[in-house]
Amino acid sequence: MNRHLTSTADLTRDDALLILDTAEEMAQVSTRAVKKLPTLRGRTVVNLFFEDSTRTRTSFEVAEKRLSADVINFSAKGSSVSKGESLKDTALTLQAMGADAVVIRHGASGAPARLAQSDWLHGSVVNAGDGTHEHPTQALLDAFTMRRHLSPTGGSTGGSGSRGRDLAGRRITIVGDVLHSRVARSNVRLLHTLGAQVTLVAPPTLMPFGVESWPCEVSYDFDAALPKSDAVMMLRVQRERMNAAFFPTQREYSRRYGLDAARAAMLPEHAIVMHPGPMVRGMEIASEIADSARSTIVEQVANGVSVRMAVLYLLLGGSESAINGPAAPASTAAPTTTSAGTIEEHAK
Amino acid sequence: MTSYLIKNARVLGGEPQDLRLRDGVIAEIGTGLTPAEADETVIEADGLIALPGLVDLHTHLREPGREDAETVLTGTRAAAKGGFTAVHAMANTFPVADTAGVVEQVWRLGRESGYCDVQPVGAVTVGLGGKQLAELGAMADSAAGVRVFSDDGKCVDDAVIMRRALEYVKAFGGVIAQHAQEPRLTEGAQMNEGTVSGELGLAGWPAVAEESIIARDVLLAAHVGSRLHVCHLSTAGSVEIIRWAKSKGWDVTAEVTPHHLLLTDELVRSYDPVYKVNPPLRTEADVLALREALADGTIDAVATDHAPHPSEDKDCEWAAAAMGMVGLETALSVVQRTMVDTGLMTWADVAERMSFKPAAIGGLAGHGRPVSVDEPANLVLVDPAYRGKVNPDAFATRSRNTPYLGLELPGRVVATFLRGRATVLDGELA
Repeated sequence: MNRHLTSTADLTRDDALLILDTAEEMAQVSTRAVKKLPTLRGRTVVNLFFEDSTRTRTSFEVAEKRLSADVINFSAKGSSVSKGESLKDTALTLQAMGADAVVIRHGASGAPARLAQSDWLHGSVVNAGDGTHEHPTQALLDAFTMRRHLSPTGGSTGGSGSRGRDLAGRRITIVGDVLHSRVARSNVRLLHTLGAQVTLVAPPTLMPFGVESWPCEVSYDFDAALPKSDAVMMLRVQRERMNAAFFPTQREYSRRYGLDAARAAMLPEHAIVMHPGPMVRGMEIASEIADSARSTIVEQVANGVSVRMAVLYLLLGGSESAINGPAAPASTAAPTTTSAGTIEEHAK
Repeated sequence: MTSYLIKNARVLGGEPQDLRLRDGVIAEIGTGLTPAEADETVIEADGLIALPGLVDLHTHLREPGREDAETVLTGTRAAAKGGFTAVHAMANTFPVADTAGVVEQVWRLGRESGYCDVQPVGAVTVGLGGKQLAELGAMADSAAGVRVFSDDGKCVDDAVIMRRALEYVKAFGGVIAQHAQEPRLTEGAQMNEGTVSGELGLAGWPAVAEESIIARDVLLAAHVGSRLHVCHLSTAGSVEIIRWAKSKGWDVTAEVTPHHLLLTDELVRSYDPVYKVNPPLRTEADVLALREALADGTIDAVATDHAPHPSEDKDCEWAAAAMGMVGLETALSVVQRTMVDTGLMTWADVAERMSFKPAAIGGLAGHGRPVSVDEPANLVLVDPAYRGKVNPDAFATRSRNTPYLGLELPGRVVATFLRGRATVLDGELA
């Protein structure tokens, strides 16, 4: 049995809700004095990080330890591209050591999918961010956070009241460097599955090719999107991008696409402001907004632990039907293209 | 020397005929021929198609330098199994084939192999660096007699260097074969830029990076009155530019690979680097445009771009993998599937695109000749009724990076003859 989480495209609505509901259970654990479950005792989880990410690795590590797993941090900085040990040999090593799950962060898009489809290791593969492709647990924690704020059933118990609910009809605006963002790709897929209406906002240079075919709206006008947003998610924009002519200057970017106080005032009263971190304060988001009451940025970090606990629990010990196997993403192949991607015969 | 009597072969797909191969030439063609000599070997060829020996304009034999991927010997054995009697060996070896010494070495290794003639391609610029012309004349005057020059793998992107190269090789009837790839538009490129690349988060290789170079080059070739050959066309837009250039009467030719006639970028969704190739797999619309262009003659030739790589260069994550696919042993089958079985081309057209035209573009005297009496006995016998799954373990090439693993393809090379000597018999190396 080979069960993985490499893309939010693999999650059905039921899968996603099961993870989010399980995460609510996990959140309860984190409020106790003893924040620990025996669930994964004796299971080995490896955090395999080919890129530095203290934030994500720590979040996974806390989640794994709260589930009583044996945790190994395997820092493999510098991939096979830069003459380190190859992904294959690293995977074979982890397999030999008996890893039950591998949480992988890699700079190359598709590396987790490659690992999941290979016979190099047999444990579950959890994508902790691959290149500019996906970051599924980030999208899940974002959805978890949105659901708590935007879809409660009226209970005063905070999040637990939102159990079983999706994000139908919620309007989510994601702003920034969508082109290079794995967070945006995972969120668009997951939020669409959960029924939300997503709008991507970025300068045209930072929109992915073919974005018009994604299940979302696309806009270059941030101001127009704000009054219609239940949540606005700001993405990090690296200053170096301006050297590759994606935008002229940092100041111009901030003026057109940054979330400052004037723009925040255009949001509906109930709207929340999100950021996956790390933030570039003053670039995509003003400090006063990041620190404001409607900001969920710190809360997202806490929710990350609960969601990652839920994912690991369901992959390694939980319900059989929780998360699909590494099934191919839904085919978007044209009618005359077979699933193998070869063109069928067609007489002239 | 053994002589052969081939019975009932359909020459270029026509009516069954008998062919006698003796002393390196086609000695006799007719019906009801009987063995003339005691040692003449009779080959029953009922149902088989006889084609002139195939000629590949674009092969990476990797020797010298990457003998772990391929050698001239293993590469020419693969070529023979694929029905080829001549291949052009690309210059991106280590060291680069940019001197008379290296091209003569490759040429000599080909002669020693005996499976297939090897015509070295010379580099256009020193070390494929794109800055300084290699000694093109010395390579032309060498024993290898180089006529095709290419920096394949790299684009001659400097317009002045390209112009000078086009002009310079006119002195000895040479041709520049351009790998059209605008470098700035393809920095870090991993796959075709399109819907799929956007979803997968892989850096795109846009069609315009190929088309803009081809547009510039056909204009340059016209301006200086030179001959231009464009390698591995991969986009519908490139087809339009070549069609336009030919309509002007300019001396421009183009090739397409078998994989660009069959496969699309949808395959990259697997992140399996066996589908990583340069130029990248494109869209279905591009594939259909390439087929149409090959059928109507806008594209002159099929060329394999056979690019062997050792397994460790593909057994890795996508971004770390090498670009390229092996193709010599599957080329004819893919062409049959995409062009013949679809009704787009006849077997006579296949002979034109895989033998006559590439030999003419490469300036090869003894290849791409008509199947008629007194011509060199370079022939291939094909069983078009055969159906089989691609099995890399049966390949003669040293590498296994085929995108067709397990795919059922039609057609099988039954026999290949190089100047009257069998290099392949009963589908096996002779």
